[in-house]
Amino acid sequence: MRYLDEYRDPVLARRLIAEIRAAATRPWSIMEVCGGQTHTIVRQGIDELIPVRMVHGPGCPVCVTPLATIDRALAIAARPEVIFTSFGDMLRVPGSGSDLLSAKARGADVRVVYSPLDAVRLAGTHPDRQVVFFAVGFETTAPANAMAVLRAAEERLANFSVLVSHVLVPPAMAAIMESASVDAFLAAGHVCAVMGWTEYEPLAVRYRVPIVVTGFEPLDLLEGILMAVRQLEEERFGVENQYARAVRRTGNTFAQDAIRRVFRVSDQTWRGIGEIPASGLVLAPEFAAFDAAERFTVGGLSADEHPGCIAGEILRGTLTPLDCASYGTLCTPRRPLGAPMVSAEGTCAAYHNAGRTRQETS
Amino acid sequence: MTTRSDPIAATCPAPFAETERVLLGHGSGGQLMAELLADLTPRFGVPVLEDAALVTTGSPEVVMSTDGFVVTPRFFPGGDIGSLAVHGTVNDLAMMGAVPIALSLAYIVEEGLPLEELRRVTSSVAEAARACGVRIVTGDTKVVGKGAADGLYVTTTGIGIRLPGAAPAAANGRPGDVVLLSGPIGLHGVTILSTREGLGFESELTSDSRPLHGLVTAMITAAGCGVHTLRDPTRGGLASALNELAAASRVGVELEESAIPVPAQVAAACDLLGLDPLHVANEGCLVAFVDPAEANAVLAAMRERPEGAAARRIGVVVADHPGRVTVRTLVGSWRVVDMLVGEQLPRIC
Repeated sequence: MRYLDEYRDPVLARRLIAEIRAAATRPWSIMEVCGGQTHTIVRQGIDELIPVRMVHGPGCPVCVTPLATIDRALAIAARPEVIFTSFGDMLRVPGSGSDLLSAKARGADVRVVYSPLDAVRLAGTHPDRQVVFFAVGFETTAPANAMAVLRAAEERLANFSVLVSHVLVPPAMAAIMESASVDAFLAAGHVCAVMGWTEYEPLAVRYRVPIVVTGFEPLDLLEGILMAVRQLEEERFGVENQYARAVRRTGNTFAQDAIRRVFRVSDQTWRGIGEIPASGLVLAPEFAAFDAAERFTVGGLSADEHPGCIAGEILRGTLTPLDCASYGTLCTPRRPLGAPMVSAEGTCAAYHNAGRTRQETS
Repeated sequence: MTTRSDPIAATCPAPFAETERVLLGHGSGGQLMAELLADLTPRFGVPVLEDAALVTTGSPEVVMSTDGFVVTPRFFPGGDIGSLAVHGTVNDLAMMGAVPIALSLAYIVEEGLPLEELRRVTSSVAEAARACGVRIVTGDTKVVGKGAADGLYVTTTGIGIRLPGAAPAAANGRPGDVVLLSGPIGLHGVTILSTREGLGFESELTSDSRPLHGLVTAMITAAGCGVHTLRDPTRGGLASALNELAAASRVGVELEESAIPVPAQVAAACDLLGLDPLHVANEGCLVAFVDPAEANAVLAAMRERPEGAAARRIGVVVADHPGRVTVRTLVGSWRVVDMLVGEQLPRIC
C-alpha cells in the first residue's frame, strides 16, 4: 500500500508545482486522456495551481458508450429471462428514456459485478436464466472481458452473452489531434499497461506532439505535466513514460493476445463524438454466438441526445462543463442529462463533485 | 416523460420519472435520502426528524431514538447485525449527549432462517447490550414467508438520559469551532464491501462498530456545553455528516485533507472501486464541533479512551460559505466536499 503515501506527498507535490511554474513560459494546452486522471486533477485542484491549460479528454468509458447501446441494454435487461450484469458505473447512465438503476427498481434483474468472470459464474449457477454482461470500456477492461468470453466458450455456456461496446484510445487521440488545438497529451497509464506505447510513437511524430504515459496519483500527474512542458519548451515531441512502475513499451502481451483472440477492430460510434474509423472492438466471428446484440432482438432504438447536453464538446476537450448552460442546474449527478455527469471519471461529475460552479451562478 | 402540466416539470425536465418509485439510493444516507425525507417528514408537522430527539424538557432529560438494521452479510469482521443494532441506537442517543438506559428489540425473520443464526444474533445483542450497560426491556418477533424478507431485519429503539451540562445539537456549530474526528474513517463500509461475494479482494480490515457513549461522556466531562455538535458519520460518511451539520448550523467547514485519517487499505479499496473515503460509512467514530477554548482539553480526554486514541483535529468552522464544506487538498488547492448523491453501498447497516 506504500504507493499511496509516496505518490500523494504534499511537500513533493508543491515542489513539482514550483518546477512546472518555472519551466512553462507559455500557457500550453495539455490534454489528459483518461477520466481517472481528470478525476485526480479536478479533485486535487491541480489545474488551478499551474500555468498550463489542462484539457479534459474522452477517456471515460461510461461517457462514450453510444446512447443506442444503452437503450439496447435497457431493452435486454427488461426481459424476464435475463440477468443483466454490469459494472456499477453504467447503472445510472441515462439512455433516452431511463437508466438501468430505474429498470432495476421496476423489477428488472440488474446486478452489479466487479469482474466479468463473476457474470460467467452467475451463468453457471443459473442455467435457467440468460446472463448478459455489459462489456464496455477501453483497452483496460478488454482483456478481462475477453477472458470471460473464452471461459464461457470453454464451459460451453449457452446462457452467457456479452453486449459489447469497446473503444480504443489511439484512434480517438488521432481524431482529437486532427481537430483540436492541444499542445501535448498525457496518455492513460492503465491503457498503456495493457497495450504499451508503440501505437503512440507514430502519432507523436505525425502530429508533432509530446505524449507522456502518465499514472493517476497527484504526483504522477504533476510529473507527467512537467515532462510534457519540458518537451514543449525544448521543442521536442516524443513518447515518454512517467508511469514506469506499471508500463513497459510493449505492454502486457498476454492480455493483448486475449483481446486479439476474442475481438476484431471495427469502426465505432462514440457517444457525443460520432463515428471514428477503426476505434472499437467487436466480437470475432467465431465468438458471435456470445453476442447479446445478436441473441436478443430489440427494435425501436432511437439515438436522441438531450438537447441541453454538450457532452460531445466536453469529450473532445473543446468546451468545459463551466461552458454548459445545463451544468449544475438542469444537469446534476442527481439528474444527469448526459453521461459525463454520471461516472466518477466523467468530466462534468468530477467538476460537480469538486464544487466547481459557473461564474454567473457562483 | 415531461408532458406533465406541473410548472416545475416544464422548467426542469427530469430525464425520466425515477421519482415514482423508491430506489436503493433513497436509503444511502445522501442527497437522495434527504429529498425523500423532505417529502415525508412534513406530514408529522415538523421539517426534519433527527436520528434522536429529546422527549422531555424537565430533568432528567430523556432522549429517544429508533433504527432499523438490514446489513448484508449478517456476520462480518468486527461485528454482526445484532451488535450493530445495539451500537447504532446507543450511538444515536450518544450524539445527543445521552447515556442509554433501555433498548427495545424487534426481529423480522424470513421463513427458513437457520435457528442457530437467530440464536447467535440474539447472543450478540445480549453481549453488546451488557457491554454498553443497557438493558433490553421489550421485544417483538415476526416471521414472514420465504422471499418476503432477506433473512433477518432488526429494529432497536433506545431511551437514554442526557448527561448534565450536555447540549450538543446539529444547529449549535459556531464560527471558530474546532472540528475533531475520533478515529480513522471508512472501516465499516469497506469491511462490509470486502465480505461481499465476488468482490475478489482480500482484506484484513474489521468494522469499527462500537459504542461511543463512553467517549461522549469523557468529552462532555472535559468541556460540558463547549461540545457544540456531535455526529456519528454512518451512511453517507464524513462528507454527508459534515454537510448536514454545516447546513443546520449555517456555518462553513474547512478541512485539511492531509489531517483526515484514511487507513491505507481503505484508501486502496476506495481507489479500486471508485469510492470516496469521505462518503464511506462508519459505525464507531464521531465528528464534533468544539469551542476553540476547550478543544485541547476535549482532544486530550478523547485520546485517553481506546475508541478515541487516534482522535485529531481535522479542520475549523468558519463564517464564510455557510452550509458548505471545503477541503484543502494535498497539493494545496481547495475543493468543495459534497454529500453523497445516490447509492454507494446498499445494505451496510
